[in-house]
Amino acid sequence: MSVSVPHAVAVWRRNASMYRRTWWLNVLPNFFEPVFYLVSIGIGVGAYVTRMGGMSYVEFLAPGLVCVAAMNGASFEVTYNIYVRLTFEKAYDAMLTTPVEPDDVLAGEILWAVTRAGIYGGCFFLVIAVAGLAPMPQALLALPLIPLAGLLFAAIGVAFSLRIPTIDLFSFYFTLFLTPLFLFADVFFPLKERLSPSWLWVAEVLPLLHPVRLARAAFRGTATPVLLWDLAYTVGVSTLLLAWARGGIRRRLTS
Amino acid sequence: MLVELRAVSKRFGDRLAVDRLDLTVPGGGCFGLLGPNGAGKTTTLRMIYGVTRPTAGTVHVFGLDVTREARAVRSRIGVTLQENVFIDAISPVDNLRVFGRYHLLREPMLSQRIEELLDFLELRSHADVPVKVLSGGFRRRLAIALSLMNHPELLVLDEPTTGLDPAVRLALWSRVRELQANGTTVLLTTHYMDEAQRLCDRVAIVAGGRVVADGAPAALILAHLAPEAVELDCTPEEERALGDGMRPRARVRVGRRAILYTEDAAALVAHLRGRDQGDRRPLVVRPTNLEDVFLALTGTSLEGA
Repeated sequence: MSVSVPHAVAVWRRNASMYRRTWWLNVLPNFFEPVFYLVSIGIGVGAYVTRMGGMSYVEFLAPGLVCVAAMNGASFEVTYNIYVRLTFEKAYDAMLTTPVEPDDVLAGEILWAVTRAGIYGGCFFLVIAVAGLAPMPQALLALPLIPLAGLLFAAIGVAFSLRIPTIDLFSFYFTLFLTPLFLFADVFFPLKERLSPSWLWVAEVLPLLHPVRLARAAFRGTATPVLLWDLAYTVGVSTLLLAWARGGIRRRLTS
Repeated sequence: MLVELRAVSKRFGDRLAVDRLDLTVPGGGCFGLLGPNGAGKTTTLRMIYGVTRPTAGTVHVFGLDVTREARAVRSRIGVTLQENVFIDAISPVDNLRVFGRYHLLREPMLSQRIEELLDFLELRSHADVPVKVLSGGFRRRLAIALSLMNHPELLVLDEPTTGLDPAVRLALWSRVRELQANGTTVLLTTHYMDEAQRLCDRVAIVAGGRVVADGAPAALILAHLAPEAVELDCTPEEERALGDGMRPRARVRVGRRAILYTEDAAALVAHLRGRDQGDRRPLVVRPTNLEDVFLALTGTSLEGA
């Protein structure tokens, strides 16, 4: 069975109809988080940093934080929320009594996670654009990276959520996976300048590094061949994990 | 035949939940699937609406092979799950709207159908408050309304009235009868035998993943037991002494309670009273019901007479 777009959209609209009521409860904390980092680290700590990567520190920080906002927007949706719908609310069992198929459920949920990534990333982009930290027009090239980063972290999160036996493991996901990514994947400092040559490959494994490098290149308005690898990584890993998640959701819902 | 299961088995690991089960549900009327907990009822239903794949055997609904055409089959079926599934934060109307979209209903059809169901299941009084504040009976009616969004030809009800108070059960039964009268075929599971007897034209009793008996409730009572039942408390030894010389059609024992089935309860009672020398133990005489058939076929020590 393959994805039926109208059914996937119906699943997406289910989430949207819930979100419509509580969006300000969800958006505000997640939206302010990168703003606080930008102000505290970018402007506060940045005052003591002369240049980083050939620009002022706050300029260095801004494109990375756009990707972090997208990562966070997608991650909450595909972890706790999906797990609760799957295990406690049995929302998917109800959907599967209708012509909705497991593939549609997965597609609708991913689409929704990408939407939330778009909302968070987009709002944050607006903030830095108003603050004059997004050089125009080239920074606009970073806009399509927001849903792309959202897709990558939706795929990683959903693959994780479908395989774990208990909800408690999400604290590992956030504390031992997303937090280190946030701290080490090129957002705050160029990781590769701190690694010895034999350890450079470690940086290339980190998923967040690739959207961040793409976003920074967009802001800077310079293209280098390594960006093709970043794009290939982001699309490739998303595709592989979604294919894996497809098997997972079918097993969870139709055994 | 609307639903046709042929030699269907379902294995979960080492456990055989459904074991070469044959079942046919004719169109029209109400069909009951009865069985103790763990008998395989819910698994059988899930195979009928195509969410669980049988390990062996074939399932046809509306003449379609469910494993191949699940989407087509489910567009013509409504299913009320054992557990209510709602979005608690939003209203009944919004829940109906979300559910209608799974069937790809669009405006103005969507709102029109919601209006019809608000009336049919008497949901209008609380149509716009969050579902989480609603009573159990209201929630169950809403669950049924969700499964009717697509005008199903076949309505599947998994334990429709479990945990509801008597007045609510009666009200739900009348809705189910009305649906039947309008041509919807109803397939329900229940472990309330009174529910099955009142609603169903045909029942199948499932135990250990197989159909152990099926037919009209009255016919099942006659085929397996007898029209009248006499109940009394006694030990098996006392029962033997009391029953000496008489022939009930069948007997069932549950703990100290002995139930004797007969065509002629008056004669049996007279016999017992005669044997019961002065010790006037209380006897209950009542019509045999499906619960007796169920007990006789699915559990308890059954000593055929």
